[in-house]
Amino acid sequence: MMQNLSDKKPRVGRAHGRREALAVLAFLAPSLIGVCGMFLLPTADVVRRSFLSAMGDSFVGLENYRTVFENESFRLAVGNTVRFILVCIPLLLLFSLGSALLLYRQKRLQDLFRTTFLLPLVVPVTSVVMIIQTVFQKNGLLSALCAAFGKAPVDWLNSGHAFFVMVTCYLWKYFGYNVVLWMAGLAAIPESYYEAARMDGAGEARCFFAITLPQLRETLFVTLVLALINSFKVFREAYLVAGRYPDSSIYMLQHVLSNWFSNLDMQKISAAAVLLMAVILTAVFVTQGVLERQKEDE
Amino acid sequence: MKANRKRLLPLAILFLLALVVWLPLWTLLTGALTPTSEIKERLSGVLGASEGLAQWRFLPDRITFRHVVELLLDTPEFFRVFWNSCIQVFPAVAGQVLVGAPAAWAFSQLRFRGRKTLFRLYIVLMILPFQVTMASSYIVLSDLSLIDTPWAIILPSMFSAFPVFIMTKFFAGIPREMMEAARMDGANEWAIFLRIGLPLGLPGILSAALLGFVEGWNAVEQPVTFLKTASLLPLSAFLPATTVENAGVTFVCAVIALLPAVLIFLFGQQYLEQGIVASGIKE
Repeated sequence: MMQNLSDKKPRVGRAHGRREALAVLAFLAPSLIGVCGMFLLPTADVVRRSFLSAMGDSFVGLENYRTVFENESFRLAVGNTVRFILVCIPLLLLFSLGSALLLYRQKRLQDLFRTTFLLPLVVPVTSVVMIIQTVFQKNGLLSALCAAFGKAPVDWLNSGHAFFVMVTCYLWKYFGYNVVLWMAGLAAIPESYYEAARMDGAGEARCFFAITLPQLRETLFVTLVLALINSFKVFREAYLVAGRYPDSSIYMLQHVLSNWFSNLDMQKISAAAVLLMAVILTAVFVTQGVLERQKEDE
Repeated sequence: MKANRKRLLPLAILFLLALVVWLPLWTLLTGALTPTSEIKERLSGVLGASEGLAQWRFLPDRITFRHVVELLLDTPEFFRVFWNSCIQVFPAVAGQVLVGAPAAWAFSQLRFRGRKTLFRLYIVLMILPFQVTMASSYIVLSDLSLIDTPWAIILPSMFSAFPVFIMTKFFAGIPREMMEAARMDGANEWAIFLRIGLPLGLPGILSAALLGFVEGWNAVEQPVTFLKTASLLPLSAFLPATTVENAGVTFVCAVIALLPAVLIFLFGQQYLEQGIVASGIKE
């Protein structure tokens, strides 16, 4: 580290360079020490453990990974998590982009709507759970609404519908976050692009597909990544509503890992954590790569 | 007429969406002020006391503050849980700023080799879900014998990568020329950071602190994993068993849990939004 720091760009002279190097160290050290101690080394330790036996003394190769793959609940959870992500993220992105486009033009009441849409983000889990129970329990408000249309009440939380309750909850909570992101992206597009296009006779739709969408590409990457990070957080609501063993339609990877953790299943949890880590990082880097290549193609 | 419709349709859609936010919150709020007898009548099916379907009213027939009083006077448990949240969240956020701001300053204003790689590492750590590091964090925390103390929540959160990320984005907007001029005048790096960086970067620090607060106030995974004693659990991980008799109080509890977050939100909305936007600016 030190040696890396000391040969930095000699832009203001050597003496100054050394001084700045020392400063870098002083500024970064508390954070680096903490990050290494709390996350980096522990993560490295997880990777190591995923190749070791239960006692942690002998190398077992991919044995732990095989156990994990053969595990029924793990497979169920992978399926559910993938399904959840594939349903939620496109819905969230489309809804929020649509609303951001509407809201962006809406000069009147824009602040009111923005505040409203952001509000769910700060509503604590406990309160969200209270709402979920009032609305989605078998005799709750949604069932009452169904009854008004002559349909039988449904136990939304303890059936396959639980999946959609969680999707709704996710959309409700993070919708505003994404609207704000999209609006910032829209604000960054120079108005002159549109003016030029309109001069050439381009209509609304043409403007949208030729200017707005391509210009929003960078925003898209960030919204995707943040939507992915946040999609793992619905576990909170799922856990508080339905506990450690919810309906099988919302039994997610987070449940499996937590449950293995409570059973002190170190090999399984390590192997699963490494897999999850690998998948997430690959997804993020592939998305980034694809978006960057599209940019170069232009 | 046609132009009018074109203007009104987006407004109508936005209103509908806003309703989806307001109605549930309104239900919570009115629930907190509804007398127990009326809750019994309208929500007993939800609370497992009967098979009747729930009924919704825009306003309760009668409004009572009894549940609020009951929660504030007769429920010491609530204060403990609320206090637990405070002593876990506020030190964590303070720590995030103390540790994170200098680091973010280094990432954004100082040039050193490996800067980009290191910053990318922080981004990766920011993306990983809690469950990935859960087991190993547990081992670290128990080696430090911090399990089952508020520090088990505070310490990992202090070193979270997200605030560093947000603050770096903000600090990057401060022109480096300003710092070079100060350096020419012989100011040392700490002085530059404290006298120029902190005042100019304040919006970034506030944004990171706000997002950190929202995150901490909603933490479920960490307390549930790292705290064993039920009396240490914060508000976010505390769910009283709701019955018909205490439903009103539980509604009040849910509303009060909402208050600090909403207040901070209303006062700091611009910083929260700036923080969200900053997370969107690419490197």
